[in-house]
Amino acid sequence: MFYRECGNYKATYKEDMAIFPIPLDKWGFFIILIFAFLVVPFMANDYWISSIIIPFLIFSLSALGLNFLTGYAGQLSLGHAAFMAVGAYGSVILYGRYEVPFLLSLMGGGLVAAAVGTLFGIPSLKIKGFYLAVSTLAAQFIIHWAITHSKWVSGGGVYATVDTPPLYIFGWLVDTVVKKYYVSLFIVVAMVLFGKNLVRSRTGRAWMSIRDMDVASEIIGVSQFRYKLLAFAVSSFYAGIAGGLLAFVYYMAANIEEFHLHLSFKLLGMIIVGGMGSVLGSFLGAAFIVLLPLFISRMVSSWGGLFPADLLANLELMIFGGLIIFFLIVEPFGLARLWITVKDKLRLWPFPY
Amino acid sequence: MAIDWLFVSEVTISGLLVGLMYSLVALGFVLIYKASGVFNFAQGPMTLFAAFALVSLLALVPLGLSLIGVLVIMVVLAYTIERVILRPLVARPPLVLFMATIGLGFFLEGLAQAIWGTQPRGLDIGITDTPFTLAGVLISRMDLFGAGISGVLLFGLVWFFQRTRTGRALRAVSDDHEAALSVGIPLRRAWTITWAIAGIVALAAGILWGARLGVSFSLTLIALKALPVLIIGGFDSVPGAIIGGLIVGTSENLAEVFLGPSVGGGIKDFFPYLLALVFLWARPYGLFGREIIERV
Repeated sequence: MFYRECGNYKATYKEDMAIFPIPLDKWGFFIILIFAFLVVPFMANDYWISSIIIPFLIFSLSALGLNFLTGYAGQLSLGHAAFMAVGAYGSVILYGRYEVPFLLSLMGGGLVAAAVGTLFGIPSLKIKGFYLAVSTLAAQFIIHWAITHSKWVSGGGVYATVDTPPLYIFGWLVDTVVKKYYVSLFIVVAMVLFGKNLVRSRTGRAWMSIRDMDVASEIIGVSQFRYKLLAFAVSSFYAGIAGGLLAFVYYMAANIEEFHLHLSFKLLGMIIVGGMGSVLGSFLGAAFIVLLPLFISRMVSSWGGLFPADLLANLELMIFGGLIIFFLIVEPFGLARLWITVKDKLRLWPFPY
Repeated sequence: MAIDWLFVSEVTISGLLVGLMYSLVALGFVLIYKASGVFNFAQGPMTLFAAFALVSLLALVPLGLSLIGVLVIMVVLAYTIERVILRPLVARPPLVLFMATIGLGFFLEGLAQAIWGTQPRGLDIGITDTPFTLAGVLISRMDLFGAGISGVLLFGLVWFFQRTRTGRALRAVSDDHEAALSVGIPLRRAWTITWAIAGIVALAAGILWGARLGVSFSLTLIALKALPVLIIGGFDSVPGAIIGGLIVGTSENLAEVFLGPSVGGGIKDFFPYLLALVFLWARPYGLFGREIIERV
């Protein structure tokens, strides 16, 4: 009952522009935040936080970045993992080798990734669709080669791994799982709030007009040059920050092998399952894809657990592929759309007319 | 530095031969793109699937029978794909179909490895890999065989599309779905046939590349190699696929040999992509691709 508004009662511009027009949504959001900040670290054990919740947060951030580019601006990218790699190496090198403070070096890694992403976004001005998708694949291969073959980046070690030194933020040592969780949570929440507002702004609307029809949007005066490249820049900035975080709090090293083409597809799968063009969708999709292998192995073990490990991995691949197809056919806007449907029903309930 | 012309021609020839095999893989993409407007990212996993099926059948029955067996499997697969994936997605944007084929690729990859395991297998088709010399130039027998098969298949497919009734029907479908329907071409059957042909091309590519590299996960990467070929040649052009394949095969070989040592090697993996990006600047729709004129 308290979830509805029986009419458009917005009287001020401020109300009209609110992020959460419905009070219950706002409270729901704050409750989730309080839960994430105060309850999760004390309820969940270290295993859950370190191997499920932290990767979930970081992949959500990266998926959000891809969603800006693909879901909002309509430019399909198959090289997102490579931009994450740039961010990871960039921030680890800045922090470890040049002793730049953590937050600055994370930012620096993101900026480097944004610059590289913009560079690979240049073809989008001239080409679109599949040609563009393939040229973003080029980013994946070229960056992979550049990182493994450049001594300056990879440090000349085996497998191009650069280890992260112990992490200090303003002199505060981040060593336990819970501390790492807080670091990633703070950064993710800040970036998501920024992102949510970005897509509600002029920029977000420009992106959506490009997605819906770029020729038409150019005619009404949306600069393709500016907004397409901006989409690439913001998207790879998010990827870079996510990559840097991943290197610092999850892998404890920047390693190119973690940022393979496979991850690019996985991120694309996340936003398809979660919902293209939806901030919430990036989170739902990431949660889904991170939890999927866990769920499958639980289910298999409850059936008797006779499956060997590699069969399990292949089963996961099959289910992942099947889910992408399923969502594209049945619910093209993903899990986020399901939530919106529920919300629309609730708004009108109990008088649906 | 004096240029050793014999060596250059050797590298060029082996590049050309490998290039024809790239063309074959690229052709699988072009066929489906032309006939249904779908950019089929699952071509690589299809190649893997076909090669694995062939290897496991070869253990049971002779070559001829197992080839027929795999052909049947690929046709059934094509029918299933049309029925389960393409039909519900009719009239959706091309990018949606493209992403569906990414899903299909994952599914097939998982399926192939779930059935046949992740161990690489050898595929022996009775061709020895001892090179022979022609006018002082070393030529790999395997490459020549592969290029020969690719050439025959390419020629056969061009003939099929230009001269036969079904082939013309498929071209009509690729031009305009609705117009083709209105003159009585069954769209569903056309798509099934196209996917079956793509399956056959995948099988051929699987045999040739499987015999060269062994049958394993890496076969799916061959398909990624074919993508720059598509960009250079144009997504919807059969001659483009052939010329693009030759350009990619030759240039990557020459680049690896002559540029590789000065930058640390391994540039073969991405050089075709770099080349493709350069081509994109000059010709956004590839050398032979059809230019799309957009209207609001």
